[in-house]
Amino acid sequence: MSYEGVWILAEQRHGRVQTISHELLTRGIDLAAKRKVSLTALLIGSDVKAADLQELIDRGADRVVVVEDQGLEHFLPEAYARVMQAMIAKYRPEIIIAGATSLGRTLMPYVAVKCHAGLTADCTVLDIEPETGNLLQTRPAIGGNILATIKTPEARPQMATVRPKSTRPAPKQSGRKGEIVRESADASMLASRVRMLDFVKNEDEVSISDAQRVVAGGRGFKTSEKFKQVYELADALQAAVGASRDAVDRAWITYPHQVGLSGKTVTPDLYLAVGISGAIQHLAGMQTAETIIAINNDPDAQIFSVADYGIVGDLNEVVPALTEKLKARK
Amino acid sequence: MKIIVPIKQVPETGAVKMDETTGTMIREGVEAIINPLDLYGIELAIRLREQFGGEVVTISMGPPKAEKALREAIAMGCDRGILLSDRAFAGADTWATAYALSQAIRKEGQFDLIICGERATDGDTGQVGPAIASFLDLPVASYVSKFDGCDAKAVRVHRLVEDGYEVLEVGLPAVLTVVKEVSDPRLPTLRGKQKARKAEIPVMTHEAIDADPECLGLKGSPTRVVKIHRPKVARQCTKVVAADEAAVAKAVDGLIKMLESKDLI
Repeated sequence: MSYEGVWILAEQRHGRVQTISHELLTRGIDLAAKRKVSLTALLIGSDVKAADLQELIDRGADRVVVVEDQGLEHFLPEAYARVMQAMIAKYRPEIIIAGATSLGRTLMPYVAVKCHAGLTADCTVLDIEPETGNLLQTRPAIGGNILATIKTPEARPQMATVRPKSTRPAPKQSGRKGEIVRESADASMLASRVRMLDFVKNEDEVSISDAQRVVAGGRGFKTSEKFKQVYELADALQAAVGASRDAVDRAWITYPHQVGLSGKTVTPDLYLAVGISGAIQHLAGMQTAETIIAINNDPDAQIFSVADYGIVGDLNEVVPALTEKLKARK
Repeated sequence: MKIIVPIKQVPETGAVKMDETTGTMIREGVEAIINPLDLYGIELAIRLREQFGGEVVTISMGPPKAEKALREAIAMGCDRGILLSDRAFAGADTWATAYALSQAIRKEGQFDLIICGERATDGDTGQVGPAIASFLDLPVASYVSKFDGCDAKAVRVHRLVEDGYEVLEVGLPAVLTVVKEVSDPRLPTLRGKQKARKAEIPVMTHEAIDADPECLGLKGSPTRVVKIHRPKVARQCTKVVAADEAAVAKAVDGLIKMLESKDLI
């Protein structure tokens, strides 16, 4: 039996389907249309809201395969991998895409090994090669310096993780028709040597990956005291606070705020980089923002090469002036 | 506690320069270093050995010159290093890399933990750690940000996720992939460096690890790179110099106008 159909791995946390699933549907709709096949969303979890399942259909899934069990409430790699493997064996999808999230980046390689499937990480572009029907997967590599296009010529399924926020969620069309198929997991599939003891939620404001506006600060601030100006500016813009690796390494701000290759990728409408020189690792995490503004005292700083608007000047003068003017507007 | 630390030698990406005309990486003069995230794994492993005794074995797959990375790891405090080097390994994607490493780890017999950096800064896939776990059929905890204790049967770790962190108990043996918050890597000591210089680093080929040649290197890799190209950076930056107070005010006004015109404020 051959492999057919495009699948996305929908993600749920605490019983709610996550936005990444809707972003994956955008990718899936395009691929399924080009391949002239149906689009399936696979959802593994427990007590997922019925309305959220229907929403996957409203946003483009032709079919939702749901595997629910108490033991699947939290992401436990071994159990999730066995379930996914069983679904692959039963339905034989040709393409499976998942989010390049803490779940997707762990589960997909675990499953790809077991299925001897090809897997490409962190893709930003997915397409179908017209002549062969193969999935073309494009991803940044070497600190975002190059883009590599990768395919899996023979092995099936073809698997890829997609960078969150690299596309918009698929729009909702109320009343769209689709099928919800329930599958069960038996006890042997649920066994896990990993046990979730607790979950501690960030008390931090908004997560920078979800923010529409980000103000990020770097080494240019020189001291942690001066770095506080980033918070004031972010406050005036109602933006989340990001940082370069330098600022995090100096302990001016914590790691979850780090933007770049070893931190988070963000795609906000507005990214304002202050005192950040723009090392390629940093650029890799923010250069897809809609509008980029840079403030730096070095006119040759790399950050200006990806910016739409740049101010060359002393941040200790520019930032307070900008913050004040923004506040005065309200 | 016996701990295996797979490491990768990578080009120092901070220093990577691209040839603008050919679109290729200029490798000359670029130093090869231990993947920075692997250093956090090495440090955690050494600390666990200091606390509970045992042995830390570091292992790397790469060309003969990757031996340098293993010596650096020994200088930090690892007990032994093993190099997987063979033409048959060349061109491996993450699947085939993880296969070769897991075969070599099998040869080590009993162990308690495998600790990997969450990803390497060159390939940036983060796939090899979980893939090793899958080949060896071990439990895996990825994005580990804190080691929170252990007993003979399990470790307790914090795992960083999008909206917070999980506290996990992971049965041993297990694979952990770590992020930078997990430890603060030490610098090699003089004694460590001396030990590293004298250390014997066995080189293992595909025969030595009983690997199926069909599963190695390019041949064993399900994926193929079909094209490499340069990303377009097509932004025209309006650059304003703000050298004095009046210029700062003008630049700020210009910025606010621009934000308004784009409906960003």
